Amino acid sequence: MNIVTLLNAMPGAFAQGLIWGIMAIGVYITFRILDIADLTVDGSLCTGGAVCIMLLQSGHNVWFSLLIAFLAGMVTGLVTGMFHTFLGIAPILAGILTQLSLYSVNLKIMGKSNQAINVDKYHLLVSLRYIKNVAFYKNTLVVVAIFLIVIIGLLYWFFGTELGTGIRATGCNGNMARAQGINTDFNKVLGLMISNGLVALSGALLAQYQGFADINMGRGAIVIGLAAVIIGEAVFRKIFHNFALILLSVGIGSIIYYIVYQVIIWLGLDTDLLKLLSALVVAFFLGLPHLKAKYFTKVKNGGATNA
Amino acid sequence: MLKIQNLHKTFNPGTQTEKKALNGLSLTLNEGDFCTVIGGNGAGKSTMLNAIAGVWPVDVGSISIGDTDVTKLSEYQRATYLGRVFQDPMTGTAANMSILDNMAVAARRGKKRGLSWGVTAKEKELYQDLLRKIDLGLEDRLTSKVGLLSGGQRQALTLLMATIQKPQLLLLDEHTAALDPKTAKKVLTLTDEIIKENHLTALMITHNMKDAIAYGNRLIMMNDGHIIYDVCGDAKKNLKVSDLLAKFGEASGGEFANDRMMLS
Repeated sequence: MNIVTLLNAMPGAFAQGLIWGIMAIGVYITFRILDIADLTVDGSLCTGGAVCIMLLQSGHNVWFSLLIAFLAGMVTGLVTGMFHTFLGIAPILAGILTQLSLYSVNLKIMGKSNQAINVDKYHLLVSLRYIKNVAFYKNTLVVVAIFLIVIIGLLYWFFGTELGTGIRATGCNGNMARAQGINTDFNKVLGLMISNGLVALSGALLAQYQGFADINMGRGAIVIGLAAVIIGEAVFRKIFHNFALILLSVGIGSIIYYIVYQVIIWLGLDTDLLKLLSALVVAFFLGLPHLKAKYFTKVKNGGATNA
Repeated sequence: MLKIQNLHKTFNPGTQTEKKALNGLSLTLNEGDFCTVIGGNGAGKSTMLNAIAGVWPVDVGSISIGDTDVTKLSEYQRATYLGRVFQDPMTGTAANMSILDNMAVAARRGKKRGLSWGVTAKEKELYQDLLRKIDLGLEDRLTSKVGLLSGGQRQALTLLMATIQKPQLLLLDEHTAALDPKTAKKVLTLTDEIIKENHLTALMITHNMKDAIAYGNRLIMMNDGHIIYDVCGDAKKNLKVSDLLAKFGEASGGEFANDRMMLS
């Protein structure tokens, strides 16, 4: 256990955290704003990676590839949204159905279960290799951080508009939203599309970063996304109230997740157990409000006054 | 203003829990009518309001508001014409959003929601003035989350939100039933003021017969999914609770067994 090994791994963990941070912001939109646990993301992350790698391989520009990956992600969100609003399927099941179907779709996009891309032969925006000994503007950490900040800025603007406020109202209280003339079905679909667009964009960056897209790259993504959301909220809840800062805290939550992940690997924990550990940690934090309410609430004199 | 013709609605048809909630309901409201609605549990009062609001489609019948036939419109489309306040104070407002955001969402009822700002600085002052008028100390708490307010404050806010954009018809579904008597009185007085000031057409369900007589210019009594008594003007003003009880007993075959109505 050489501390230098750990320190050497840190920039990589940081980069991964930043890339997954974009994904976690997508999860925040569905989970916290729309109040939907959207499992589409396990599939749409890979869709983004697959679309991006295949387009790059066929000689397309990296920006174009990212844009199409983003749009492909929006289509996956559209499918889940239609399952939910048009067919009336419970959102969690709608997401599972899309996720499962995306397994086939992603295989068809890639033609096989894994497609690699060589950073020496193609112009990539981010890569494992662009972390050290590389020009500042080419550094993956800088590039992804800029992505993250631009995305947060755009979302801050969007959720402050009439349309975005409508989406927030939809997630907060559907009855109230409909009574105020808001088309809640449309807003849910739109929110799912934006969320999965971001998730796919994150997948596209991740595939470039690791140099390949893999059919299993999104497995458990929802748990990582939720972990980032929860960590971000737990650490910054008291100090960040502004919407942009809350989104930033989710991004930072993702970075913290990957740093802790690196440390655990460095400590020599069996890596087979990592997913189990992640799931348990997320389960604990998701259950915390319930536990608090059930076992740690002091009954005040006079009972509930907030009728 | 409102024209309902021969509405029928059956819940859970063909099952053991089948319930004929609306049974040939017809009602016409004139512009400026403030009509109170009474009736026993299961008489179809809330069902009527939900049918007007479009919470679900009706089986038979038609509903027009003003010159528009809204029978086939969905709930959010009908919101253009309607202001609504619900029985549960939680239903009418978004708890995790600020007072300001809630009011701004309501101010855009029936308008297209695009990419311009959700709240403008000019609106903020307008809302502050509106809140100052209702005198609940909310004018200094514009950015507070609505979830922090009391039930009475939330109902008063919902009432403001329902009337920021003047609705063609205001639907009040026992909106004071969940409040303590003092707060209920305050919200009811506020309701009356707002309706008079803006010359609104309104339907108000209440379980309190005294209130039903005291407020508005018209009263209808419902039983078994349709209207059994409709009175307005001076005849309504001179009504007594005992008259209503007698009327109710007559119509429902002598069986009068609603404790809430008796007590209130």
